Amino acid sequence: MSSSAGAQGAPIKSTGLHIGEPAPGVKKVDPIIVADNITRTFGGLTAVQVEHLEIPRGAITALIGPNGAGKTTLFNLLTGFDKPDTGEWTFDGQGISGIPAFKVARKGQVRTFQLTKALGLLTVLDNMKLGAKGQSGESLARALFPWFWRKEEQAIEERAIELLTRFKLDAKKDDYAASLSGGQRKLLEMARALMSEPSLVMLDEPMAGVNPALTQSLLDHILDLKTQGMTVLFVEHDMHMVRHIADWVVVMAEGRVVAEGDPHEVMANPAVIDAYLGSHHDEDLGNLDTGVMTAIKELADDDADERKE
Amino acid sequence: MIDWILLFSNAAQEIISPTTAAYALAALGLAIHFGFTGLLNFGQAGFMMLGAYGFAIATLTFDWPVWAAILTGVVASIVFALILGIPTLRLRADYLAIVTIAAAEIVRLLFTTNTFEPVTGSANGLQGYKGGFEALNPLLLFFGENDLIGFGPWVYNPYDWWVRIFGWSLVALAAFITWRLFKSPWGRVIKGIREDEDAVRALGKNVYFYKMQSLVIGGVFGALAGMIFILPRAVVPSNYQTSLTFFIYAILLLGGAATVFGPIIGSVIFWVLLSFFSGFIARAVEVGWLPFLSNVQAGQLRFILVGVAIMLIVIYRPQGIFGNRKELAFVK
Repeated sequence: MSSSAGAQGAPIKSTGLHIGEPAPGVKKVDPIIVADNITRTFGGLTAVQVEHLEIPRGAITALIGPNGAGKTTLFNLLTGFDKPDTGEWTFDGQGISGIPAFKVARKGQVRTFQLTKALGLLTVLDNMKLGAKGQSGESLARALFPWFWRKEEQAIEERAIELLTRFKLDAKKDDYAASLSGGQRKLLEMARALMSEPSLVMLDEPMAGVNPALTQSLLDHILDLKTQGMTVLFVEHDMHMVRHIADWVVVMAEGRVVAEGDPHEVMANPAVIDAYLGSHHDEDLGNLDTGVMTAIKELADDDADERKE
Repeated sequence: MIDWILLFSNAAQEIISPTTAAYALAALGLAIHFGFTGLLNFGQAGFMMLGAYGFAIATLTFDWPVWAAILTGVVASIVFALILGIPTLRLRADYLAIVTIAAAEIVRLLFTTNTFEPVTGSANGLQGYKGGFEALNPLLLFFGENDLIGFGPWVYNPYDWWVRIFGWSLVALAAFITWRLFKSPWGRVIKGIREDEDAVRALGKNVYFYKMQSLVIGGVFGALAGMIFILPRAVVPSNYQTSLTFFIYAILLLGGAATVFGPIIGSVIFWVLLSFFSGFIARAVEVGWLPFLSNVQAGQLRFILVGVAIMLIVIYRPQGIFGNRKELAFVK
């Protein structure tokens, strides 16, 4: 098995997150997000139709599902980047349904994007400083008078450099973000998100386009977030990663939550296999896409390996 | 024979002319919109027009003092910015471009129409609003009204000096404010918005509000520029055609879009060259160097040269004179 957080073997998984049998919409012991009856349609297409969903606090939750399952749409809805047709949800007990994205972020729920959004023509350090919340120098009236915000700015800079050092980007701090590699931009985006001291970090495909050498370091950073008491919710296609770091997995297909559970159980769930392979998958293997087959086979091997350990 | 001394001295006069100052200030406003925030404002002429007419109408129709007249122009431009911004700033950048270019034309046609002739003077425009401003001239304490002061090509009467001093002081103040703003966290948010709105939104900044602030500040600079513009001449609606906005864009690109000094130096270079070329071509036609051109054609030729110059800048030096080459190295 691949190495894990630090060198102490497999990451410690949080367990006992749910109440009762794991099923779609199962109650959690301590949910950070509770969503009810969210629907979002685009014309005739129902992209998201989630009856009930709870995201456990202090754990790493993966949101998986085939392409077009509505994962990113749900992400956009929860973060205020899109408005639902119906539905309500709370974050940390406060209703945040329908409030604009910037207010959601201010409440401590910060997100990253599938296509990395590093601010190219700002330096890496400026990218980081932008992440800090509640800066008085960001008000137009006070911006003109540096003595109001100089001290605060120094404190922010120190924190930014500390984080950059942790993410091994400190040597790049004066370069334009546009000069970073794809993987470094992912790191920068995550580090920038952390500048706002969030309680929930939502990562949209954090591994997309990252080379294997950087994958491990990204994984460690995500595990780190949990150690520091943050909740993580991420969308991912890389099943190895999901299995490796997720404490809880939510599977979506065709806009609905079709299964929930811990990573090992959920992979064996017939509903999940149906979602990925279609419900007639055991009837005619001849027509199956070989790519999908290899992926499934790999998963099965992987699972077996891990159990042996 | 061509009088080269006269050509050069005419061109040199443009360095400090109030028109140059007005264009510099308008370009600085546009730098805030386009260069720093990424707002495609194609209606800077409209902001200038509101500043000019606000000042002139407040003085002539309401007989208000200078400070109140200036305030009127500024308030008019703020209202204009809000009207433009409220519906369009939530949409993609190109919508603002369409709306601003149309709105500036609407403003121009409103001031040109005969319906409001008693107030706006229709196509003839307005004049005789300079009395209050003239009376404030501190130079009159030391010089007579018709004394000529200065040296070399820059010899003017006290009023002309006062217009220049006032205009360039305003430019300096605006440049200082802009410089301060874009060294601050506020400026960082604004530049972030230029790069990617959604990323900035995801970090908890009210992007819409910031864009509105930027639109208002740049618009107010435009309005003040409009006021400087009318101090040495009359207010005439045909001065505020869309081509005015494009000249200001030319200046901005010449100097560097996301810089503070670019628009100012750009304006100086633009006017010096324009004055030199038009003078040169007119003389050259007179002495028969360009037999294929008539005098009227020669008058238009300078605008063709401006067009060619803009193309050359955009192709060979897209960052402008003061722009940072590094900043552009990564632009796709």
